[in-house]
Amino acid sequence: MSVINALLGLQPLWLTLKVAAVATLFAFLIGVALALLLAKGRFRGREWLDAFLTLPLVLPPTVLGYYLIVLVGRNGWLGRWLYDAFGLTLMFTWQGAALAATVVSLPLVLKSARTALENVDQNLEKAGRTLGLSETGVFFRVSFPLAWRGILAGTMLAFARATGEFGATLMIAGNLPGKTQTLSLAVYSAVQAGNESLAATLVIITSLVCILVVVSSGTLLKTNYLRELDR
Amino acid sequence: MASTDPDMLILVDIDKTLSSRGRSFALKAAFSSQQGFVVLFGPSGAGKTLTLQCIAGLVTPDSGQIVLRDRVLFDSKSGVNTRPRCRNIGYVFQDYALFPHLRVFENVGFGLRKSWPLPLSRIHRHKVEEFLDIFEISHLAQSFPFDLSGGQRQRAALARALIRSPDLLLLDEPFAALDTLLRVKLRDELLAVQARFEVPVIMITHDPEDIRAFAETLVTYETGKVCKVDSFFKEKGEEYLTRTIYPTSRKPL
Repeated sequence: MSVINALLGLQPLWLTLKVAAVATLFAFLIGVALALLLAKGRFRGREWLDAFLTLPLVLPPTVLGYYLIVLVGRNGWLGRWLYDAFGLTLMFTWQGAALAATVVSLPLVLKSARTALENVDQNLEKAGRTLGLSETGVFFRVSFPLAWRGILAGTMLAFARATGEFGATLMIAGNLPGKTQTLSLAVYSAVQAGNESLAATLVIITSLVCILVVVSSGTLLKTNYLRELDR
Repeated sequence: MASTDPDMLILVDIDKTLSSRGRSFALKAAFSSQQGFVVLFGPSGAGKTLTLQCIAGLVTPDSGQIVLRDRVLFDSKSGVNTRPRCRNIGYVFQDYALFPHLRVFENVGFGLRKSWPLPLSRIHRHKVEEFLDIFEISHLAQSFPFDLSGGQRQRAALARALIRSPDLLLLDEPFAALDTLLRVKLRDELLAVQARFEVPVIMITHDPEDIRAFAETLVTYETGKVCKVDSFFKEKGEEYLTRTIYPTSRKPL
């Protein structure tokens, strides 16, 4: 019985890891790029853009799910284009789950990356320019190496958030066992079905992952602070 | 105007206004020099650092021109604004701005490493070793900046700036963070360095001893503008120097 439970428990785990990994990758790439834009750019409406991109942190997940359905659903603006052009649909697929996870974890990367980049001493970037660097060079050789700990900490939190996504995932991807049933959805279903041992197993696995992430993330941030003090 | 004068080393004639949150600061700096050592002197907040940053290309003036020898670095009338990386100007910041994530060796060789992420070539590595030797910090090559004392950091920052054979060296209060005894020693070293590399220098200072030691052209600032330019300052004598630095003093020092 416990072996069957273990096997059953594995599927949501791997699916969740897959969804979370893809979501974290995109959240990282897009988040760092946007953070750079917000940190360095001087344009009207900059803080409005920041606020808009932070919305997924505060919007109820089902509300977010609704907006995503409007966008990528069968009749949605993006959804219809994807279907007509590539025959692709995001509804009720793991890719849809990944999209939902990306949207909710993006603000975590964005906030930490922006703060980390803004905390880089401007004089160091200026020194880089006087030493022959282009703006790209300044980013890769000065700003990013000094900001990477803060960015990584934010990315790890994003990964934790992505593994836990429930509301928006449920609406876009549904709760199809083996296909889109991520860990948190599996816990919900297990509890609903009264399968306490399965629920407990899944909860323990998820908790361990999250604790690991939070502890490593905290260590990274702490190291950064100590370094600042030494200077 | 300036580019036709063959003796002109540096010409600066710029206007720049900075404003934030309703307050603004307006700088009007105009001076020129035929001599190799220019000292900018004046109270804090007068605009000396801003001037230096405009010369380096880190800040763009609103209008005016900046000419180094026969090279026009900035000219608002003709739209010339050379990027800082193309100006070949060395800059030593007030807090030295050494890269904290890199060892001293990598800091000094930073500007030479054009092929990043590939490592420094052998020739460039030799050059870094040579410069570490000149500035007597070879034993610190594998150390990080936060392990260095103020004087050592200053030497590393100088080495980093000079290794690219710049056409001009800008120093922002290079001795401000150092104690008096160390300053005396480093002044001599800086004079030797400047003579050895034959590079024109523009230095910001609050310290009258720096003026006495270095100034060939003295540019005096008031808040927001240059109020006096003294060329051939050294030749004007001790009394003139005292009067210039301490205009309200009745006794000579």
